[in-house]
Amino acid sequence: MNANHGDPGVVQLLGQELRIRDAMNRRVVTISSRTPMSELRPTLRAHRIAGIPVMDDGKLVGVISVEDMVNWITDGAVACPVAERMTRSPRALYADETLVHAINEFRKFGFFHFPVLDRDSGEVVGVVTREDVIQCLLKRLEIDYHEEGIRHYRASHIFEDIVADKSALLFHYYIIGQDFEKAGSSSSGLKKTLQRLGIHPDIVRRVAIATYEAEMNTVIYARTGELIAKVDTNQIRVEIEDFGPGIPDIAAALKPGFSTAPDWVRNLGFGAGMGLGNIQNCADEMNITSTVGKGIHLEITIAINKERVKYETKKDR
Amino acid sequence: MKLRRIVDELGLEVRCAPRNLDQEVNGAYISDLLSDVIANAHQGDVWITLQLHENTVAVAAMKGLAGIIIINGRVPEEKTTERAAQENIPIMLSNLSAFGLAGELHRLGIGGKR
Repeated sequence: MNANHGDPGVVQLLGQELRIRDAMNRRVVTISSRTPMSELRPTLRAHRIAGIPVMDDGKLVGVISVEDMVNWITDGAVACPVAERMTRSPRALYADETLVHAINEFRKFGFFHFPVLDRDSGEVVGVVTREDVIQCLLKRLEIDYHEEGIRHYRASHIFEDIVADKSALLFHYYIIGQDFEKAGSSSSGLKKTLQRLGIHPDIVRRVAIATYEAEMNTVIYARTGELIAKVDTNQIRVEIEDFGPGIPDIAAALKPGFSTAPDWVRNLGFGAGMGLGNIQNCADEMNITSTVGKGIHLEITIAINKERVKYETKKDR
Repeated sequence: MKLRRIVDELGLEVRCAPRNLDQEVNGAYISDLLSDVIANAHQGDVWITLQLHENTVAVAAMKGLAGIIIINGRVPEEKTTERAAQENIPIMLSNLSAFGLAGELHRLGIGGKR
């Protein structure tokens, strides 16, 4: 996991991924609807729980909670079975539903606990409380946090374990012109590689955007091209070289909106004349040279230094 | 607002990634130019477009968009929905125009201000 843990989106995502069965308490205490109300209190107290599923003949028929008991006492504690004070046809959750669903149900009904059913058998297999959900999410966040830590550790060690005055990793990708099906595969391949190296997600995103735009330019205009990324401890340097018509006037090409793309390319949504601008916004340094009739050489440098990760925040927020 | 609510309220047809409709939608962006979306859409936006080809999915994945809504009753290419399913990005279809959809989204409370 590479996302920022301060982002509420991460919890959302985890909530989608994790199921109620991951959070629920499997030690289910149940009670029969024929149990006298007077016996409820010791059971609740013994298990330190706020509510109990009421089961008759293996079927869930209701839920009885501390609140029901308090109301019963307030009403004079008249002797009666649980059946008379319980909440009938209780809301239950299924073990295979997402935690996000559980959170929504808690919010919707204001309950503090739900019985959890197995979808196939319909049997009660657990109980889940708000606390269980929060604990499960926190635990998972902690695990992810550690895993992320390990990944950074490993990545940084790639360089530390190498005995050399200077070292770098080199990744090489080939780009084929006019192939719109494969278009984007080099930049997405590089993106995955950088993620695995444990590079900061914001930096990975900037590299992905810059190389995607450059790759698209190659696909649109050139016959073939190459993308070479050199990663060292300080920076990611990407060179994209293509073999095609080249750019006669680079200064003009850098102007927003300038494009020489043919109509069929524009119809695909490319050729907006924003590509080079997007690259420039993502890169710490960009250098482009071209020989007409031969091709383009584009160099992009992005620093691996968290203090300099300002692109998205600067532009977007 | 959850993407699922938008789907329900606007009667969108979900073509792929139906399990990923519980994400929070922050806003929306309308454009048919990929570089424009890369430059100006925000994470968590739904993207309203008439583009049907699979490069839209790459852009949506790169920007972390909530989903893609295709307008005017257009139908995406099969490769597009396949790739979107892989990336778990919902593609939704509408018979409305981009303008019509924008109006409906405003009515639901998704405004243009950031």
